[in-house]
Amino acid sequence: MSDQVPQPDGQPVLATHGLNKAFGALQATSDVSIDLRAGEIHAIIGPNGAGKSTLINQISGGLAPDSGRIEFLGRDISALPAQARAKAGLGRTFQISQLCMEDTVLENTVLGAIGETQGVWQFWRPALKTADLIARAEAALERVGLIAERDVTCANLSHGQRRQLEVAVALTLSPKAFIMDEPMAGLGAAGSKNLTGFLDGLRQEAPILLVEHDMDAVFALADRISVLVYGKIIATGTVDEVRSSKEVREAYLGEAA
Amino acid sequence: MRLNETYINAAVLIGLLVVPLWAVMVDEPFTITLATKAVILALAAVGLNLILGIGGMVSFGHALFFGLGGYAMGILAYHAQTFTMLDLGLFSTGGTKMMPIIWLVAIAVSAVIAFLMGQLVLRTGGVYFIMITLAFAQMFYYFSISWSQYGGEDGLSIYVRNEFPGLNTLDPIQFFGICFAILCVVLLLFSRLQTSPFGLALNATRQTAKRVETVGLNPMHLKLVAFVLSGAITGLAGAMFADLNRFVSPTMFSWHLSGELIILIIIGGVGRLMGPVIGACIFVVLEHFLGGLTTYWHIFLGLIMLAIVFFARGGVIGLLTGKEGAHV
Ligand SMILES: Nc1ncnc2c1ncn2[C@@H]1O[C@H](COP(=O)(O)OP(=O)(O)OP(=O)(O)O)[C@@H](O)[C@H]1O
Ligand SMILES: [Mg+2]
Repeated sequence: MSDQVPQPDGQPVLATHGLNKAFGALQATSDVSIDLRAGEIHAIIGPNGAGKSTLINQISGGLAPDSGRIEFLGRDISALPAQARAKAGLGRTFQISQLCMEDTVLENTVLGAIGETQGVWQFWRPALKTADLIARAEAALERVGLIAERDVTCANLSHGQRRQLEVAVALTLSPKAFIMDEPMAGLGAAGSKNLTGFLDGLRQEAPILLVEHDMDAVFALADRISVLVYGKIIATGTVDEVRSSKEVREAYLGEAA
Repeated sequence: MRLNETYINAAVLIGLLVVPLWAVMVDEPFTITLATKAVILALAAVGLNLILGIGGMVSFGHALFFGLGGYAMGILAYHAQTFTMLDLGLFSTGGTKMMPIIWLVAIAVSAVIAFLMGQLVLRTGGVYFIMITLAFAQMFYYFSISWSQYGGEDGLSIYVRNEFPGLNTLDPIQFFGICFAILCVVLLLFSRLQTSPFGLALNATRQTAKRVETVGLNPMHLKLVAFVLSGAITGLAGAMFADLNRFVSPTMFSWHLSGELIILIIIGGVGRLMGPVIGACIFVVLEHFLGGLTTYWHIFLGLIMLAIVFFARGGVIGLLTGKEGAHV
C-alpha cells in the first residue's frame, strides 16, 4: 500500500466522464463513465467487438474521443498525447503485443526503464552497460518470471512469453495505474493462473483496469466488474452483483455462465 | 560464411587506409583520389544510415544536405578567392578558405534546414515520406540552377583547395588523411549512438512507435533529433566532396545522388556500422572500372542491388556475418 498514490477520500485514481467515440455509423463508445479506485482491480468484460479496446485506447491516449473527459490523479488528461499520459503514470499493455521483435527481452524492458528515467538523451554510454537501467529491467523481468529469457530475441518468444514481457515493460514504468487489455489471452491454463496470482498482488502497488475474456480470472480478481455491450456500460458492480444481474446474463453471460 | 563483424569492420578500415598508402608508394595519385571519394561518400551514407538503418526513415532527399554542404563550401571559398563580401543581412563576411570553419558552417546550415524540414516531413511515413523528402531536395536543386550569382547550372569552381592548419591539403594523401580521420570519428559516434539509450529508443521507434509512446517517450522528438544529426553528417560530407572536386554544382542536389546513397547502404548492409563504407567502396570501384567501359554502368549497380535484395537481405555485411540484421 505504501507507494499507492494518496487520493482524497472517495476520489478515484482514474475516471472517464461521458466518453463517446463513433467509427462512421458505429457507436463504439457510448457515454461511458467509469472509474478506478485506489487498490482495486476493476474488470471490464463484454462480447467481442463491444468496444473494450476502443475504450482502453481512448484512456491511454492512442485514440481521441469524440466527446467526454478523462481524469487521472485529479487532473484532466483528455488533451494529453499518449506519451504524456504514460509519463504521468498510466501504464498499459496491448491486446496485440507491441514489442520490438528484433530486440531481446532485456532490450525491450530496458526501453521501459529509459522511459521511466527519461534518460533517453544519452548518445554515448551503451544502454546495456548502464547499471541503473539493467537493474530496473531485470527486477521487472524477475517479477513476471521472464528473467531466464533475458537474452532471447523477442521474435523467438512464445505467445505467452510476449504477454509476460508486455507486463514486465509496464512494470519498469512504476505506473500509478495499470490498464491491461486481455493480458491472459493465449496464455494457457497454467500461465493464466500464474498471472492471476501476480495481478492479485499487483493491485497493492497500483490499481488495475483490466479488460479480460477469461472469466475465471475475472471472477477471481475483480473488486468490481463493468459490463460493456455495444459500446455502453450496462452494469457495474461486485462480482456477485454482476453475476446475478438478469440484464447481464441476457446480454452477455448467458452464453458463458 | 560466419565472420565476426568487428573483425570485418577493422579489415574494411585498414583496407581503406592501406590502398591509398600503397598508391603513394607506387605514385598513383588518382587511386588516392578514388579512395578519398569513397571515404566521403561513405561519410554521407553514414549520415543517411542513421535515420534509414536505425530509425527506419527512408529519405530519398539526402542529396539536399550533401548539396547544402557543397554550397556552404563553394560560397565561402568563392568570396574568399574573389575578395568580395558575403552580405548575410545581420552581418557580412569575406568568406573563408579554412576547412574547419567551412565544415562547421556546413554542419550548422544542414542541421538548421533538417530541423525545419523535419517538422513537416516527419509527420508523414512510408511512401509519403519518401516523396516529400524527394520534393524538398528537388526544390533546392532547381533553386541552385537558377542561382546565377553562384554559377547557376554551371556550378562554381574553386581554384585552390581549402586549407587545414598544419597540413598541406594539396597533397592528395594528406587530404585523404583528413577525410579518413573524420570518417573514423563519425563512425565512432555512430557506433556509440547505436547502442546508447537514444539509439535503442530510435531503433524501437522504427519497429513500433506505439511501444515508444507507451513508455513515455515522444517518437517525434527522437526522429527529429536523428534527422538533424543525419542531415548534419551528410552536409559535412558535402562540404568535403566539394573540396575534393574543387567544384560545386546543382548535381550535388540531384535525386540520383539521393538514390545512390540509399543503394550503397543497401549493398553494404542497412543499419550496420560499416554498411555504408563497404557500399561506397564497391560503388567507387564499379564506377571507375565499369564507367570506363560503358556509360551504362549503373545497370551493373542495379543488378548487384537486385541480387542483394533477393539473396542477401543484410547486404555484404549480412552475407559475411551470416546475420541479416544489426540485431538478430
Ligand atoms: N479504427 C477503427 N475503425 C473502424 N472501426 C473500428 C476501429 N477500431 C475498432 N472498430 C470497431 O469498433 C468495434 C469495437 O472494437 P474493439 O476493438 O474496441 O472491441 P473489443 O471489445 O476490444 O473486442 P475484442 O474482444 O474482440 O477485443 C468493433 O466493431 C470494431 O470493428
Ligand atoms: Mg479488444
